[in-house]
Amino acid sequence: MAGKSPWPTWEVFVRPRRGVDHVHVGTVHATDAQHAIENARDLYTRRSEGVSVWVVRSTDITASDPDERGTLFDPALDKVFRQPTDYELPPDVANM
Amino acid sequence: MTSSPLLTYVLRQGDRSMVLAQRLLENVAHAPEIEEELALANVALDLLGQTRALYTYAGEIEGSGHDEDHFAFWRSPADFLNPRLVEQPNGDFAHLIVRQLLHDAFSAAYWEAASRSIDQTIAELASKAVKECSYHLRHSRGWLVRLGDGTNESHDRAQAALDALWPFTDELFERDGVEDELVARGVAPDPAALRLLWTETVNAALEEATLAVPATQPAVTGGRRGEHGPELATLLTEMQVLARAHPGASW
Repeated sequence: MAGKSPWPTWEVFVRPRRGVDHVHVGTVHATDAQHAIENARDLYTRRSEGVSVWVVRSTDITASDPDERGTLFDPALDKVFRQPTDYELPPDVANM
Repeated sequence: MTSSPLLTYVLRQGDRSMVLAQRLLENVAHAPEIEEELALANVALDLLGQTRALYTYAGEIEGSGHDEDHFAFWRSPADFLNPRLVEQPNGDFAHLIVRQLLHDAFSAAYWEAASRSIDQTIAELASKAVKECSYHLRHSRGWLVRLGDGTNESHDRAQAALDALWPFTDELFERDGVEDELVARGVAPDPAALRLLWTETVNAALEEATLAVPATQPAVTGGRRGEHGPELATLLTEMQVLARAHPGASW
């Protein structure tokens, strides 16, 4: 078995049951999209974990840069006004 | 072993899936990719599951208390009634896929028809097996097309495997007194009807894979009467050695 696969990688998303979102479960090697579905079926739904599978070429996903984590996400930490708990309900409102 | 047409018939089916499962399991750790490794092992375990149910049923028909292990581990090559196609030794990956395709086109059609058997045990088994075998066919057909319609080398290897295995396909549809009786009773599907479905499936797959139907006439038979090549004895020796070294052991 070759160390590095000549086949491209595909990201696999499985929907565990009806009404629930597809969740990323992992990656497979495959020659084409249909082949990727079959490999994903054999690797990730053997114990009937899913009712639907999506695959997408890994290269088609644009990911955020981990080094930019601070710039992208940290500013949200101290903005308490973005949290619902920062607001007092007017007394006239019973429930919200 | 006391024999009846139904017992012979059930063993023919069980031995077919047993021997092919063993051939696939010999290949474990030799697949071209980890994903394909899993896929082939899944197919092998499905076939083994079908075998277990068929052997258990064979024990009930026989009525002498033999369990599934008896039929797998304590019979001689001449007692095995599988068609010779499935005992053909592993070659390259194309050979494995072609053997699988020729078998899967049969088993998918077989179990679909067997789900209408008047024999309740066979019909129930078929309702599970038909889903498994139609997936097996989808897997082997996908690979056949990928190889046949791939590079020059993969095409030539697939065609060579097809030419080598083609003579063994006739036996899948052989009919003797056993089938005559069980077809008449509505227990077994008619081999001639299966052959039509098989031919349609295989021809369409070969065409998409740009492979030629071999000109050689299918000829080699006898497996379903216990006549096998020496390769089956080698396969069974390896499969049975542990059970025979430790009789009665459980694992």
